[in-house]
Amino acid sequence: MPQFTDLLFFAFAGMALLFGFLTVANPVSRNPVTSAMFLVLTIISLAGLYLLLHAFFLAAVQVLVYAGAVMVLFLFVIMLLDIKEEERRRLKTFTVGVGSVAVAALLGILTVSALSAKPGSPAGQTRLAIGDTAELGKVLFNHWLLPFEILSVLLLVAMVGVILLSKKDLK
Amino acid sequence: MESLQYLSPTTQFVLFSALKILVVFGVVMTGVAYAVLVERKVSAWIQDRVGPNRTSPFFVDYIPVIGPFLVRLGIFQPMADGLKFMLKEDFTPSYVRKIYFWLAPAITVVPALMTVAVIPFGSTLGSEKMVIADLNVGILYTFGIVSLGVYGIVLAGYASNSKYPFLGGIRSSAQMISYEIAMGLSVVPIFLLTESLNLGDIVKYQADHGWMILKQPVAFVIFLIAAFAETNRLPFDLPESETELVGGYHTEYSSMKFALFFLGEYANMIASSAMMVTLFCGGWTLPGTLLSTPSSSLLVGLLHIGVFLSKMAVFMIVFIWVRWMLPRFRYDQLMDIGWRRFIPVALANILLTAVVVAL
Repeated sequence: MPQFTDLLFFAFAGMALLFGFLTVANPVSRNPVTSAMFLVLTIISLAGLYLLLHAFFLAAVQVLVYAGAVMVLFLFVIMLLDIKEEERRRLKTFTVGVGSVAVAALLGILTVSALSAKPGSPAGQTRLAIGDTAELGKVLFNHWLLPFEILSVLLLVAMVGVILLSKKDLK
Repeated sequence: MESLQYLSPTTQFVLFSALKILVVFGVVMTGVAYAVLVERKVSAWIQDRVGPNRTSPFFVDYIPVIGPFLVRLGIFQPMADGLKFMLKEDFTPSYVRKIYFWLAPAITVVPALMTVAVIPFGSTLGSEKMVIADLNVGILYTFGIVSLGVYGIVLAGYASNSKYPFLGGIRSSAQMISYEIAMGLSVVPIFLLTESLNLGDIVKYQADHGWMILKQPVAFVIFLIAAFAETNRLPFDLPESETELVGGYHTEYSSMKFALFFLGEYANMIASSAMMVTLFCGGWTLPGTLLSTPSSSLLVGLLHIGVFLSKMAVFMIVFIWVRWMLPRFRYDQLMDIGWRRFIPVALANILLTAVVVAL
């Protein structure tokens, strides 16, 4: 008899795949707002999957940052653009090419890490697994310090870039 | 209660959780109905009027002495209001985007109701903890859900497909994102002090060390003002601002759909009052009395819930009071104080608290 959590896993995974598909290739509507809303639902389904892995912190941050902030700004920008023109736009070969390369790279990373994980012993049997933020902080600032710092520098560069771009007449 | 012991722990958990959800839902809904009444009464007193004092259903005649008094207080007004909302014509303009037009009111209400799930509204009743979901990342859950609330307003503006609601929707998305940052930053010092994200632990810390409002007054002020912006209340009700945008995002809505936006606003007020009580004012505890520790007695458990609800009522009245006392901010002023005053002050507050904690 399948466990209740297994059923939830299939529900969330199925929803993530379905909504993800509807985000990029909705057969009914090519409205960018609809795509953005389906992306929000995809993000929330992914947060559900994180919950099943007991990564409460990650799930909360996923909803807070991506669904609650990033996507609202997406929606904000989409609404200010000309939606009708966007609906008419066809796919470009270059965009499809770059997109495929990015997806292939991500798939490669995921496959490698999935294969290297030993079955039967889920990663992080520690207190990290129950979403303890103190443990998460320790791991981030000890084991993963360099990637963490590189990411923060990347975000800083992006912020400075955005300010520079939005102030074109900066002397 | 004896027969409950034969049930498995899972069944008991499901049963008690369902019961708590139903009761909390009922209390929040009643709270919303009477918050509207209090709003109308308080506004009337501030403007030197009497407010609703006529609604008197047939059974009032059977209540001796206090019956007419209750009518004058308007106790039965919420019933009439509810009935009115349900019976009015539900008009859908022809030019709206139908699916979003129908979804938007629901998307406004659901997050507002979901936030109360992690709030510890009492200590224990019997052996049951008086919180629906005792999450370790309780506060992050609340912020996550609250941040989803903006979709209702943005989509309502988009779905209405006319210019004033659209402007309201655009304004609200910018406003709520800006103030969410200030709100999120303002509570970080609390976690630095309590070393926990669990709201129950934060209440316990305050019972032992005194209320947060005394230790972190700056954080409290920023949180309170950000809460006004997040609930779209005056002086920050720019998404609605009836003098310039007709009714803002809900201009095209009528009947029950409009009532849902109304309900969402008041449910949000209740949720943020509950958050402020929990984070800054000691939750269900009352210092200096026996009420500051959890107790197995049923009476003390009920008293704890009473203390929590009374503290919440104080914040609700502050919300309502401010609405009728202050004029609306201009949009650039709103953005300016959000980004150039509150966020730097909140960051400085975090730094200061971190230094003090480290020492």
